[in-house]
Amino acid sequence: MPVAEILQVAAGGLLMGLIYALVAAGLSLIFGLMDVVNFAHGELMMLAMYAVFAIWQLTGADPLLLLPVVAVLLFGLGMAIYRGLIARALSVQFNRGMVQIFVTFGLAIFIRGAAQFVWGGEFRSVTGHWLADRSLNLGGVFLPLPQVAASLVCLAAFAGLLMVSRTEFGKALEATREDRDAVALIGIDRDRIFAMGWGLGAGAVGIAGVMLAGFYYVGPNVGASFAVIAYVTVALGGFGSMLGALVAGVLIGEVEAFTAALWEPSLKQVGVFAVYLLVLTFRPRGLFGKM
Amino acid sequence: MDNAILRRRKREVLGGVIVLAALALLPLPIKDVYTQNLIIITVLFAGLAQAWNILGGYCGQISLGHALYFGVGGYVSTLLYLKAGLPPSLGLFAAFGVSGLLALPVGWPCFRLSGHYYAIATVVVGEIGYLLFLNWDFVGGATGVFIPFHGESWAQLQFKTAKLPYHYLVLAFAAATWLTAFLLEGSRWGFAWRAVKDDVTAARSLGVNIFSSKMAAAALSGGFTGMGGAIYAQYVGYIDPDSVLAGHFSILIALPAVLGGVSTLWGPLIGAAVLMPASELSRSYLGGSGRGVDLMLYGGLIVIVALARPQGLVSLFGRKDDHARIA
Amino acid sequence: MPALLEISHVSKRFGGVAANVDISFDVQQGEILGLIGPNGAGKTSLFNSIAGEVTPDSGEIRLDGVKLSGLGPVACAQRGVARTFQVVRSFDSMTVLENVMVGAFAKHASSRAAMRAAVDVIAFCGLSPRMDRPAWSLSPPEKRRLEVARALATEPRVLLLDEMLTGLTPTEAQSGVQLIRDVQARGITIVMVEHVMEIVLPLVGRAVVLNLGQVLTIGTPAEIVKNPDVIRAYLGDRYAA
Repeated sequence: MPVAEILQVAAGGLLMGLIYALVAAGLSLIFGLMDVVNFAHGELMMLAMYAVFAIWQLTGADPLLLLPVVAVLLFGLGMAIYRGLIARALSVQFNRGMVQIFVTFGLAIFIRGAAQFVWGGEFRSVTGHWLADRSLNLGGVFLPLPQVAASLVCLAAFAGLLMVSRTEFGKALEATREDRDAVALIGIDRDRIFAMGWGLGAGAVGIAGVMLAGFYYVGPNVGASFAVIAYVTVALGGFGSMLGALVAGVLIGEVEAFTAALWEPSLKQVGVFAVYLLVLTFRPRGLFGKM
Repeated sequence: MDNAILRRRKREVLGGVIVLAALALLPLPIKDVYTQNLIIITVLFAGLAQAWNILGGYCGQISLGHALYFGVGGYVSTLLYLKAGLPPSLGLFAAFGVSGLLALPVGWPCFRLSGHYYAIATVVVGEIGYLLFLNWDFVGGATGVFIPFHGESWAQLQFKTAKLPYHYLVLAFAAATWLTAFLLEGSRWGFAWRAVKDDVTAARSLGVNIFSSKMAAAALSGGFTGMGGAIYAQYVGYIDPDSVLAGHFSILIALPAVLGGVSTLWGPLIGAAVLMPASELSRSYLGGSGRGVDLMLYGGLIVIVALARPQGLVSLFGRKDDHARIA
Repeated sequence: MPALLEISHVSKRFGGVAANVDISFDVQQGEILGLIGPNGAGKTSLFNSIAGEVTPDSGEIRLDGVKLSGLGPVACAQRGVARTFQVVRSFDSMTVLENVMVGAFAKHASSRAAMRAAVDVIAFCGLSPRMDRPAWSLSPPEKRRLEVARALATEPRVLLLDEMLTGLTPTEAQSGVQLIRDVQARGITIVMVEHVMEIVLPLVGRAVVLNLGQVLTIGTPAEIVKNPDVIRAYLGDRYAA
């Protein structure tokens, strides 16, 4: 394989990996906070993509401009899901782990149905925005601009998440993560922190969805395919670890790109899954998970 | 001796006989094929959910990858029939064996993981199976395998139009899973599994070998799921990775047990009796529009039942001294 | 007479902290031995080493001359070391009888035999009226009893009790003490960890006092209370607290 081709594959893996990382970051944040895996996470991303599509169709506004709008929408939706469903799921006396999984799973099916109800089952895509079909040529390595923009935004979002962790709110978040019951004693409203955590998690995946909509088709099932990768990313990086999500996301992007290039494109995820199982054999709590 | 365990087990046997008799008679007055089909699918999924319940319920290892065993079972009996001439009536048992054995190498890495790490690893293993079959030409790849019709026969489990034989086939399967769960519940294994589910550290301190307990549960659970897959393949006459190995089958298999009530004998059947008709009916009356209303209803139902009845629908029928079981 | 349980030169570090340093003592068949010491003395670590939950970095633990250390909790339980937990770990989805049957299955393969044995142990521990109740519905002292019953059902030679009497009211503690004496009367050797000296000393024949991961002294209760090192260790602990 010539060097230029290797670089091209590696660049493609990196660009995709950063998006995986941001999708996973939201999942990981929620998990770290309250031990809940959101099985509707991919569907939240799908909703963000449809939101971009709908607003673009209605107003012709460029997806990039819609970024803050959709991020705020998803933030609100995340909080609403927490208040309406998750808080209840956490308060059941028995089978809490199972109830939590299947409540979010039922929600995922519901959202998929709702999307199909509103937008139909066919694939849609956002075309003609100002980055569409343009690419950057770095010494023979072609980087499609929508993807470059997406990964830059993802990096910025990560930086944003890190900055949040420095604020008062971030400290309350960290304290809640350390000891759920003790924070009540020092006057932190746990419920509010959890709701904000869901808002942030959904907002993060919303940002990823907006950027993804710039170069990826939108359909009711688009979330499901990303979700599996997101779960793998989170488990590989270690539940609750932001750095883990970033490293694992990029790693998965690269493994996927190279499996596709060297072996067989339709088996690219098998490479990812194999690496994941291998790592978990040696580090059962992921690369950066607390042992 | 007289205690709640013995009293409950007597009641369960009686209940089992009554329900079995009722289900044996149920299809006799029904002439319409749609309803017959719905009952068959419901009973089949009651059996599959009971198979899942052995690992996911009693042993508490929430597997979200059972589509692998289901699909592999379907492929094993089908391919043995097409390529080696083994009649599917025997192929069912081969499917049981292969899927059960497959659960061991799957369990080996996965059972080192706990909680959500385990659940996600099972999703991944299931996806790997799906992708490999999709790209494996020997098993028909994405095109799948068609089972040609060679005339009505119990050996080959083929019946042209009659639904009744299939009904008794799935009923025998579901009864076998129920009986297995019943026997295990009262055995050393069943106690070990429930101990593992409740508290691993305490179970270990009482001499329960955690890893082999999980492996045994996985093998039995995988084996029965594979057998169900073989029956399903025979019933529909055509399988491809999307119709038997896709990830949503894993959820479909687990859901009746979860919503009906995990680690109970009747939860899987009750769950299937609610979920399968709900999903079928909403699909045929609302799904035709392609507008997703069926999915919204189905998803909404899952959310509502899970929140309103975290111990499962079976708790609606619970007796006072059964409360510990449902908890 | 050779000792039933021999702890020889056991050391264990967690990260940079030495939890146990070169600990040696014997436990005689049929005795009640107290394992006491201030917070952070290394009692829990040593207890977990004996129960097999933790493998010592060096040193050995032998039961009847057979090496136990490093075999893990399952093997320890099967060879006759049973334990209770400081924070109770009952199987909450099961009834009292079912909880105890899990232990009984360590010695009985058939469920009939396991059930019969479990019913006897439950009666011995005074839990018969609660036999069919779910474990989560028991009161805290009942849950402690349940743990003892479950451990006894494995038919152990040594029973390890982890702060079983701590946090009980005087009446509850009194009946707990009686239960421990009854267990001893069955010929079962007992090692009990307690933080508070006043609870253990009336009950035990001998006590091992740990401090800062090391054996401070071993002796009868009368010797222990007179030992100036012990008084200093405990007073220091109290001033620090």
